[in-house]
Formats: sequence, C-alpha cells, structure tokens
Amino acid sequence: MIYINEVYNIIPLIIIGGGIVVSILIELYSKSGKSILPWFSFILFLAAGFYSLLTVENQSIVFQNMLSTGGITNIFYFIFNIGAALVCLLSIDYTKKYGINYGEYYILIQNSVLGMMLMAGAKSLFMIFIGLEVMSVCFYVLAGVNRKKDKAIEASLKYFLLGAFATGFLVYGIALIYGSAQTTSIDAITAGFPEYSSNIIFLVGILLFLIGFSFKIAAFPFHMWVPDVYEGAPTTVTGLFSTIGKAAAFAAIIATLTALFSGESTSMFLPYLAVLSIFSMLFGSIVAIAQSNIKRMLAYSSISHAGYILIGLASGTPVGVAGVVFYLAVYTFMNLAAFGIIALIEGENDANLEINSYSGLGTKSPVLAALLAIIMFSLAGLPPLAGFFAKYYVFIAAIKSGLTWLAILGIISSVISVYFYLRIVVLMYFKEAEGEVIPAKSFSGFFGVAISVIMVILLGIIPGSLLDLITSFL
Amino acid sequence: MEQSYLLTYLLAVPIIGSLLLLFINKEKAQTIKYVGLIVSLIAFIISLIIYFDFNNQSGDFQFVHKFNWITDLNISYHVGIDGLSMLLILLTTFLTPLTLISSWSGIKNKVKEFTFFMLFLELGMLGVFSSLDMFLFYVFWEAMLIPMYFIIGIWGGERRIYASIKFFIYTMAGSLLMLVAIIWLCVYSADLLGGFTTNLLDLYKTGPTIDTTIQGFLFLAFALSFAIKVPLFPFHTWLPDAHVEAPTAGSVILAGVLLKMGTYGFLRFNLPLFPQASIDYAGFISVLAVIGIIYGALVAMVQTDMKKLVAYSSVSHLGFVMLGIFALNQEAVQGAVIQMVNHGLSTGALFLLVGMIYERTHTRKIADYGGIAKIVPFFSFALLFTSLSSIGLPGLNGFVGEFLILTGAFKSTVLGSWWFTIFASTGVIFAAVYLLWMYKKVAFGEVTNPNMNSVTDLNFREKLVLIPIFIFIVWIGIYPSTFLKVSEKSSEKVIEQVLNPAIINLE
Repeated sequence: MIYINEVYNIIPLIIIGGGIVVSILIELYSKSGKSILPWFSFILFLAAGFYSLLTVENQSIVFQNMLSTGGITNIFYFIFNIGAALVCLLSIDYTKKYGINYGEYYILIQNSVLGMMLMAGAKSLFMIFIGLEVMSVCFYVLAGVNRKKDKAIEASLKYFLLGAFATGFLVYGIALIYGSAQTTSIDAITAGFPEYSSNIIFLVGILLFLIGFSFKIAAFPFHMWVPDVYEGAPTTVTGLFSTIGKAAAFAAIIATLTALFSGESTSMFLPYLAVLSIFSMLFGSIVAIAQSNIKRMLAYSSISHAGYILIGLASGTPVGVAGVVFYLAVYTFMNLAAFGIIALIEGENDANLEINSYSGLGTKSPVLAALLAIIMFSLAGLPPLAGFFAKYYVFIAAIKSGLTWLAILGIISSVISVYFYLRIVVLMYFKEAEGEVIPAKSFSGFFGVAISVIMVILLGIIPGSLLDLITSFL
Repeated sequence: MEQSYLLTYLLAVPIIGSLLLLFINKEKAQTIKYVGLIVSLIAFIISLIIYFDFNNQSGDFQFVHKFNWITDLNISYHVGIDGLSMLLILLTTFLTPLTLISSWSGIKNKVKEFTFFMLFLELGMLGVFSSLDMFLFYVFWEAMLIPMYFIIGIWGGERRIYASIKFFIYTMAGSLLMLVAIIWLCVYSADLLGGFTTNLLDLYKTGPTIDTTIQGFLFLAFALSFAIKVPLFPFHTWLPDAHVEAPTAGSVILAGVLLKMGTYGFLRFNLPLFPQASIDYAGFISVLAVIGIIYGALVAMVQTDMKKLVAYSSVSHLGFVMLGIFALNQEAVQGAVIQMVNHGLSTGALFLLVGMIYERTHTRKIADYGGIAKIVPFFSFALLFTSLSSIGLPGLNGFVGEFLILTGAFKSTVLGSWWFTIFASTGVIFAAVYLLWMYKKVAFGEVTNPNMNSVTDLNFREKLVLIPIFIFIVWIGIYPSTFLKVSEKSSEKVIEQVLNPAIINLE
C-alpha cells in the first residue's frame, strides 16, 4: 500500500527522476537542447538539493521499509545535488573545449545522482545494489564520454571491469547475508545481529559487502583503478566521481553500518576499517609525492583522504559518523574546486596537466592561483580552512574511542601530504613561468570554482552551521 | 564576566586592513605601503590603549571577550591577556610598523601581496598571544605559517624555496602532534568537567590531575611543537636557513616575535597544564637550553655571513629564555619574559642593520667589509650599540634579562644545581667574542674593499626605524621596572600553578 504522504516525502527523488525524463525529451526534440540541458540540470539539482535541505526534518521510512527520508539521508541528498550542480557549471565550457558537449552527458549525470540518492536512503540491501549499479553504469559511460581519446576509453574500460568485479564481491556478500539472515532489510539484520554474529557465513557476507564498497571509496588495497581512471576520464567527470561518487559509497556504508554500530558489534569491523584507513592514508600520501601529473596526484590524494574519512567510521560512534558526513561535504567542495581549476587550465590534447605547467601562475592569473592555493592549504589541513576542521573532527572521534594511535598515524600522513600540496603553491608563486599557459575564459567554470572555495572558507570559519544539523540527527 | 571588546578590535584591525588592500590596484604601490603602515599604526595605538588600561596588580586574564563559536564542540572565540601576553602584544604591534617602514625600498615587486601577508602575519601573532581557547590558539598558530611561508618563498634569497618548505614542514610536523595532545586533553577533561570543552581556563583545572606517565607524553607533545618554534637545540636547524633566506622584514618578525611564540607556549600551556611533568622534565630541558646557549655561540663565532651569525646568536639567546622558564622561580621567569622582549628588540635591530647595509652593498660576507666606520659612521654606531645590547652590557637591556635568568637559575630549587648557571654564563662571554669580532672586522681597520667607498650612510627613514628601538633598549636597561611590573603578577601565578596546582574536585 502506498500512501500519498510517502510520495510527498520522496519529492527530491521525483524531481531528479522526472527531470531525467524531461531531459531526454528536450535532447530528442529540441535543436538547442545542448545549450539548454546544462542549465536545466543545474536548476534541477539546485531545486532537489535545497528542497532536501528544507524538508530535512521529515524523517520517515517509506515503501515497505525500502527507503528512508529526512535526517542524514536528506543531508546526503543535499551534498550530492549541490556537488552535481557545481559539476554542471564546471562542465559547460569544458565539454565544448573537448567537443563532448552531448546532451547525454548531463542526462547521465542526473542518472548517476539518482543512483546515489537511492544508495544514501536505502533501507534494504537490494536498494543499495540498485542504487550502486545505476550510479556506476553512468560513471563507466561518463569516463569514456570522450570517445576519440584513447586514454578515456582505457579509463572507461578499466573502471568498468574492476567496478564489475567489485560489484561481484558486493552481490556475493549480499547473497551470503541473505542466506544466513533470510532478509535483506537492514533494520531486521541489525535487530538480529547478536544472533547472526556467531554465524561465520554471515560475517563473511558482511566482509565481502565491505570489500565491494572499499573499491568504490578508493581505499587501499582496492585502489588500483583510481590513478588511471582519474587521469583518463574528462576532468569534470573525475571531479564528479571523486567527490559525490565517493560520498555515495560512504553513505551506503553508513546506512548499513550505523545501525550496527549502536550494538557491541563495532569491535568486529573496527580492525578491518582501521587497517584500511592506515594503509590508504599513508600509501596515498607517500605515492602522491612521486606524481608529476596533477590529476594523478589528486587521485592519490583522494586515496589518502578516503583513509582520513575511514578514521571516522573506524571509531564507530555517532561522533565519528558526523565527522564522516562533514568530511564528505567539505571534501566535495575542495576537490570540485581543484578539478574545476584544472579543467580551466587544461589545454588541447591533455596539455598543461603536468604540475610544472602551474609555474608562475601566481603572476599570470593571480585570482585563479589564489583560489588554488587556498584549496591546497585546505586539502593539506591548515586552519582556518574547512579541510582542517574536518580532520580535527574525525581525530576527536578517534581519540574519544580510544584510537589515539590511529589519530597519530593520520597526523603523520598529513605531514607527508603537506609536501606535495605545497609543491603546487611553490610552483605557482615561487617559480617563473615556463610554458604558455592561458587559462580558459569561462564564466560558469570560474563561478563554480569560486562558490566551492567560498564554501571551503565558510565551512572552516563557521563549521557549526552544517555540523549542528548533522549531529541533531545522530 | 563583563566583556571587553578592545582585543577583538585589535584583532580586527589587520583583518580589515588586509581586506581593504584587496581592493586597491596593485600598480599603486605607494598607496598600498601607506595603507599597510597606517593599519599597523592603528593596531599599535589600540595596543597602547590596552596597555594603559591594563591592571598590573592582577595576575588574572583581562580584557576577556568570549562568545560561542562552534556550539557542538563547545568551542568559543575566547580572548584575554595577562602580563605575559601584554608585553608580547606590545612587541608585535611595535615591530610590525617598523618592519613595514624598513622594507619601504627593499621590497620592489608584489608590494600588495607583501603588505597583505605582513598584516595577516600580525593577525596570527596577536591571535596566538591572546587566545584563551585551545582550538582558537591552534587555528592562529597554524594559520600564521601561511604568510611566513610566502614571505620567505617569494621575497627571499637564492635558496628560498628550500628554506620555506623546511620551515613549513618542520613547524607543521611539531604542531600536528600537539593537536593530538590537545584533543586527548580535551577528551580526558570532558569526563571531569561534564562536557567537551576547549576552554583553557577549564583545562587548567583538569590538566594537573592526569596520571604522571601520560602527563609526560602530553608535555612532550606540546614541548616538541614549541621547542621547534623556539628553537631549542637540537630542533634549530630550520632557523639559520629560514633567517638567511628571508627578506629583512621576514627575519625581523621571525626573530622578534615568531620565536617568542614558542617560549610563550611553554609558559602559557606546558607549565600550567602539566605541572608535574614540567618539574620532571625541567632538568632535561634546561640541559638542552644550556647546550643551545653554548652551541649557538660557538657556531656563531665561525660564521662568515653576518645574517647567519645573528641567526645562530638567536639560538644562543633563546637558550637563556628557556633556562629562565624552567628554573621555575620568580626571578628567572621574570628574566625570561624580559629577555623575550630584549631579544625581539636587539636581534630585530641587528637584522634590520644587516638588511640596511645589504641593500647598499649586496653582500653579507664579513670579509667583504672592513673599515666602514669611516664611511658610514651612523651605521657603525648603530651596529655597535645594538651589538652591545645583545651582548648584555650593563645599562642596556640585554643585561637585565640575562642577569635575572642567571641569578634565578642559580637559586633554583627545581634545577638544584649551580652547573646550569656556570655553563650558561660562558654564553655571555662567547656573545661578546663573536659580536665584537664581527664588529671589529666590519667597522675597523683599513678599507680593503674599494666598493665600500661609495656606500652612503643611513637615511632619515632608516634612522626613524632604529631610534624607537634604541629608546627602548636604553629604557629597559636603565629602568626595567616599567616592563617587569607588567608581568610580575602573571609570572608569580604561573609558578604558583606549577608548584601548587589547584586540583579540581573530582566529585
């Protein structure tokens, strides 16, 4: 039985879902579809994002225990939609530059966001699987959207093969969980957890489930696809799946595990998450030092940030989960700004992607350089920027749970990472220009970057605004 | 408690000033310089108003301003000062306009960015000296790295990139460990206080109750961060690089104020928060301090570069301050506080002088000079005067601080040995050796380098920078009570907090 108020509660999903249908029609029948769709998607995402934020109090569970609405779910909806809206802004001129301004590009982004939203709201393992597949398939296509470029096709194929492999783990995990619990409802599994936890098949199921997601969040040792895919995919698409794509995978982990965290079960997953976290942080930071391509550098930085976020999960408390959600929001803005600037600097045929291309940018385009410097300082975790506060919060969570050593390892990794983030700043400000790098003149792209940077500064100075909202639902 | 907005105004001035700069066309270098100067002078005037309102008779925090910042974690914007911070705030606001005047002709490119970073730096330093909230303190402490990093990296010498990155990573490595200690302390205190808080005044009550072993770890985590900043031997290796490569203004601020953030950190955080550990480690830190005094002086003696010589002399002088702090009695701590100010003035002035002559001759090698007393008499006088102050000639400021520290350390019951004083005293003699040697080689003898004949003496602007510093050098030398009485009650209180910590009632 579907009640009308259940439909009322999923309006954010309906906005995006309906938007997809309308977008396809626009693309099909309108000659100027290519120029309408970016702005149509932008408005669509803004509408869905802010509507989710306004209705954040409407907590309920709808459709026979399939989806939850309100609360943390809606905060994730907000993060996804704002992130996607920014990606649209960044894409407008970038896609023209590369001749990939197809209408499908934006329709696929909308589709992937729909998948993410299903993952964040899932109350059933099936829902998670459907959401994940909707999102991932769009990502595979988007990674290869520049079909004239070999590297993009390679990236797409690599992403698809390894992604499918990871999904295999996930589905196998779900099958084992179902086999031992006779249900896919997350609430029912949580309630029966003490009973199942002695069942080895059930535990293997959970572990396989987590491994499946470890691929998606780009944690070590499931990170092999990350550098190649990040490098090969169009920069704006990389921005998309390195930020909200990763956030969606974390959202699904939170949706499954937070309920479990309330019991004694925490200690069971902690070693797995903690080990993953340590290796991701240190591996990402150390290998990033050796990179000369800025997109690959950010790919390794993304692995290391996955590690910091995992600290929050490993601490296994509501404080940790709040830290994760906050970190994901901040990370979305930081990385989108970084990839947005790269998209502006990038030239034809992958020109200007070497970090040496950034030499002397401080003199040539001071505003862009200043924005990138702010982002680099924030990624390195310097106050008063949001990146610092996000780390601070997950470290608090870790120390509160008695994981001081994990926080110390996080600190060591942060210090290492300072080196490669600063290298960009060094090149921009302390070195003379080498080649002829002229940033693209793109108002929409610049606007998107500027908004992201402003958010990074604001969330650093008044983190309470978002944090109070998150903690009120945990 | 009644709120006072004066400190907030003081912190707001550099923020407003630097934002104002963003709207000025970068071609108008002259306007930008004047705006920077006026803004820093306004900050100085406000700090003077605070000084005249300051109550010397109280060791408590004054001009407190507090409001909630991040409610969820109970973090507040909480500022206030006592006698220790009062002097350092005055030193900061006093030196900033002087450095801006001194770099009037030295900084030719990117004037706007330079002025912006200098004001940003002033904000960071003032924030560090006035924060009463651990989180706020940490934000200022780290944020201050950014402007200094740019100042060294953009306007520095040949090896500026190496020096700036070394400075940054060294400092950051130390302070991040402190961050873990801060969080640990706050989480620990949450149980005793009934809620997570970063309020320093509350943490003062819970810190001493921590078990001795853990107190030791926390002490070391904080101490590492501050010791790198001071810099205490053996964490000093970033300092000569940073000093030599930094532009004059950067060196002056670095030596004058930034290093004091480390010693201030020991006084404000390490001693009162971890009293037992402070007493346990006092001997260890004092040994490092004495090694620093002698090592710094010996290395300074063999330098051929004037700036490097002054940089190593800083290591030696800061060793005295550290010895004073960990002697843990009234004379020594008072001596340490006044020595922080002295070092800011005399070493600041030495860096200014080296910078001024470097602008004319483009060499800092001592061997390139010789006999310039005849060519630039005022400069030579100023160099002699400053060197004597740095050596600690009675009647000038350096003597007061060193004398108090040495007598204090001699009597110290915590250190319990004369040897610290005996070894430290050799530092005074060595200081005379290296500074007078340098002076002899630079100013006296025959003019060996023909290029020197065309060098002009200091101009009015440069004299304007030096004379206020000289006035204070003499003032502190002759009548130190003006300054000593400001910090008297506060240093008494710090010692009281270490020796008889007020343990919170655990019920």
